[in-house]
Amino acid sequence: MKIVRNSRFAKVLMLGLPAVLASAMLAPSAHAVTELTFQTWNSQDSRDKWDALTAAYMKANPDVHITVNYVPGGVEGDALVKSELASGTMTDVFAYNVGALMQAIDPVKNLVNLKNEPWMSTVNSGFIPSATGADGGIYAAPFGTAMGGGILYNKRIYAKLGLQVPLTWKAFMANNAIIKKAGIVPVISSWKDSWTAQLFVLGDHFNVAAAMPGFESKFTANKIVLTANPATMAGFAHLEEVRKAGYYNKDVASTTFAKALEKLALGQGAHYPMLSAGIDTIVANFPTKASDIGFFAQPGTNAKSNGATVWMPSGVYIAKTTKVLDAAKAFVAWTVSKDSFVVQNKVVPPSGPYFIKGAPVSGNLTAVFTDLYNYMQGKNTSYPALEFLTPVKGPNLSQICVEIGSGQKNAVQGAQAYQKDLQKQSQQLGLAGW
Amino acid sequence: MAKNKDILKSKTKYRSIWADIIGVTATFVIFILPFYFVVVNAAKSTEDSFRLNMAWPKHWMLWHNMKKVVSDYHWHILKSTYNSFIITIFSVAALVIISGMTGFVIHRKRNRVSSVANVLVLTALVIPPAIVPTIWVLQKIHLYKTLIGMIAIEVAYGLAFAILIFRNFIATIPKEIDEAAIVDGCTGWNLYFRIIFPLLKPVTITIGIIATAGIFNDFTNPLYYLPGEDNATLQQTLFSYVSRYSTQYNYLFSDILYITAFPLLAFIFFNKRIVAGMTAGSIKG
Amino acid sequence: MAKKKGIKSPYSNSLLVPSATLYMILFFVPTILSLFFSLTRWTLQSWQFIGIDNFKLYFSEENLRIGFRNTIIYAVVTSGLKVIIALYLANFLSTKLRATGFMRSVMFFPTLVSTIGVGITFSILLDPYEGVVNHGIKIVAALVGKTTDGPGWLVDPNLLPILSVAFVDVWKGVGIATLIYIAGIAAIPRDYYEASSIDGASARQQFYKVTVPLVRPAMFSVIILSFVGGLRSFDLIWAMTGGGPGFISDVVASINYKQYTSGYYGLSTAGNVILFVFVTVLVFPLSRFLNKKEVVI
Repeated sequence: MKIVRNSRFAKVLMLGLPAVLASAMLAPSAHAVTELTFQTWNSQDSRDKWDALTAAYMKANPDVHITVNYVPGGVEGDALVKSELASGTMTDVFAYNVGALMQAIDPVKNLVNLKNEPWMSTVNSGFIPSATGADGGIYAAPFGTAMGGGILYNKRIYAKLGLQVPLTWKAFMANNAIIKKAGIVPVISSWKDSWTAQLFVLGDHFNVAAAMPGFESKFTANKIVLTANPATMAGFAHLEEVRKAGYYNKDVASTTFAKALEKLALGQGAHYPMLSAGIDTIVANFPTKASDIGFFAQPGTNAKSNGATVWMPSGVYIAKTTKVLDAAKAFVAWTVSKDSFVVQNKVVPPSGPYFIKGAPVSGNLTAVFTDLYNYMQGKNTSYPALEFLTPVKGPNLSQICVEIGSGQKNAVQGAQAYQKDLQKQSQQLGLAGW
Repeated sequence: MAKNKDILKSKTKYRSIWADIIGVTATFVIFILPFYFVVVNAAKSTEDSFRLNMAWPKHWMLWHNMKKVVSDYHWHILKSTYNSFIITIFSVAALVIISGMTGFVIHRKRNRVSSVANVLVLTALVIPPAIVPTIWVLQKIHLYKTLIGMIAIEVAYGLAFAILIFRNFIATIPKEIDEAAIVDGCTGWNLYFRIIFPLLKPVTITIGIIATAGIFNDFTNPLYYLPGEDNATLQQTLFSYVSRYSTQYNYLFSDILYITAFPLLAFIFFNKRIVAGMTAGSIKG
Repeated sequence: MAKKKGIKSPYSNSLLVPSATLYMILFFVPTILSLFFSLTRWTLQSWQFIGIDNFKLYFSEENLRIGFRNTIIYAVVTSGLKVIIALYLANFLSTKLRATGFMRSVMFFPTLVSTIGVGITFSILLDPYEGVVNHGIKIVAALVGKTTDGPGWLVDPNLLPILSVAFVDVWKGVGIATLIYIAGIAAIPRDYYEASSIDGASARQQFYKVTVPLVRPAMFSVIILSFVGGLRSFDLIWAMTGGGPGFISDVVASINYKQYTSGYYGLSTAGNVILFVFVTVLVFPLSRFLNKKEVVI
């Protein structure tokens, strides 16, 4: 079947040319197909999910054709999304991060407010703040699952050495000492993919928030000096402490994200500070090892207040420049419907809870899913990551974390450098108080 | 090699054999081993390639790996091959045509226009382009993220070097040739395209080769001016495959091999021409 | 045409129009605009004039110092090595050896292949634990009875990463420098060599007394081209280290790219202006100096 690329063009042709010619040139369908464009990341999991989702949607809605544009992740992707919005060349619908990264693309100016969409009432309220713009509008539908930021660990090693999941950092380091004695790498890290180095800092936000109530608003208003509080320094200090103790894998500087997960899955290392979604890669590459891996929250100073820092799912947005708003809205509504979750569960079993009330969960659920689910169901045992509660987020944190982990900077110098990075970002965004 | 008819003194001959052997060995180790490494690892199975050594593949799987890399992600690499070819062919063609014209006029005309032009050429050769403002300009003229825009950029950025070399080469063409043509009433565009351009063939080939290699292998400019996966050139695709195939080196190297095949083919067919053209004394800076 | 001499020049200015148009729109105008936008906070849609704040911010960045240092080291090391190595290679390949043609071709080939592909390949070859290079070093070390892990070519937190990338750059670019020299040597009249061998000069003496002085024009081309290329270099560094580990191998061009990806368009443009002033300040005096020397000879 031939597909009409542009419905307007099709209509003009239909009206302007004899019907015979038109029917010869165009699709045999009775009416024009609505063209919808969609953009998402080009990573394997994102491709698999969106290929399946768009195919299912087109099957259910033969009058819509969706063209998917894939973009790189990381900073290249961020730059691209910004420039596409700025130049008015963004696709109708696109997937992108919520939280600070959404604030950086100026939602009020560039995105369609979805606050009054009928499905909005089914969205888990925990998601809302991270998708809310400066004007109170809600700009994203949640896509995918929550992720925990903490420690992925090898349960087999824990069982063999008789270890308990640590509730404090001290207990964690004590475990590490035992693991090292057993000749296993205590903490795997992967600085070749420098973003992975940030977890000790970003995953510590549950503990920061527990120690400093009302932290986010003070942080956003530039009233926090990172080096002045033990709580805000803890994440940076952990990077340094683990290095000094010699707990990192010796090839840490040349290890990639995929290699690190392999080391964890094969039991060459016991801990990997990472997002819980890392388990998806293990499921894909080492399916028989997936059940060996568990997840625990990054421990803080107080065993009584122990909980996981939670990453929001990504968001699905509609660009203001769309010319097919109704079709775009219908597609977004479908992505949060039951049918959509059935498709998503089939592609990969969820590694964390969805953010839509009553979304079905099925498939081979991993231990990581269960661990994270328990944190999120418990009372006061989970808290959103900082980047979902403030627009302030410095882009250089990953490199700074590598500098601390490799001993180029000590924890205090690293925190100072990050404070400068925050200042630069806030000034560039034009935030008040910086 | 054997064409060398000079009969050397036996002593020199003896020494030159050693020089030959050492030279060839060193060249082999330094310049060929990395390519050998790419080829054998591109031909291995994923498990085999994991060790990243120089050993010969247990099973020769090059064809299988190539097929996988080419067909991956809905034949994405073919789309980027197409993009790379369109950009390279059109920008090199435009570049040699318009920079030759320019080099001709600014060499022959000794006036203010040409001296200003000379300064501008030197400036462009040295100064790095202002990237974000260029994106802004491209957006204003609706050429951002388009192949045409990318072609225009490659031509604009290649102009200075090409004009300089054309101008230097044109300096070796006697002015009497133009004068004879002018007497016959051949001026302006006719003068250039009928009379001068055919004489520029050697230098045109040289510039064409340098520009082809430069534009085909350009990573930075498409990164800024032609983002997006649909627009990706081969270099962009290769870069994104590093994380995609981060544990499957055989595919990563197959991709490198695929991308290297084009210059390699050009090199095998045009080797003599390329090296001869490059050494023809046309580069004078 | 009633102007001055009344004769229309046979060298029509209209031949300049295509290149002038492209140059103006895509190079000259953006360069001028950059002077303005570097003084703004800029979203591409709107701007806000903030004076020299971007420059202050840029210079307050401690990593910028590393960036400038690395840019200079990279440019000096790559152009220096290319200038010297290529000269010896060209001299060697200008002699009448059997394998000259083969070696010229092989050496030239890397200049035709993908920088990104070369970067990826060498970053794998130079992997500290799994790379072939360090495996080789281990074997050699074992032969002399020592054990070593070999250097962390691209991951040590010191100057080694930027130097490693510079060596790969030399590997890739030395072929073109060699060809420029070969052209230069070919242009030296044979009489000089004949005269000097009648005087009893050895091959070595001929190289220093005849070849080196007379190949200077080619040498200056090599210096300027590779120095400018080194100062602006980005892709090989980005493919091999991404500026890391941390910021240790950042150059000015990679810092500007990171500012751009963060959406700091005004700041990135200020970085661009700084780079262009920096390049201009280094290259124009250098080229002046070299040109003067050329006149003396």
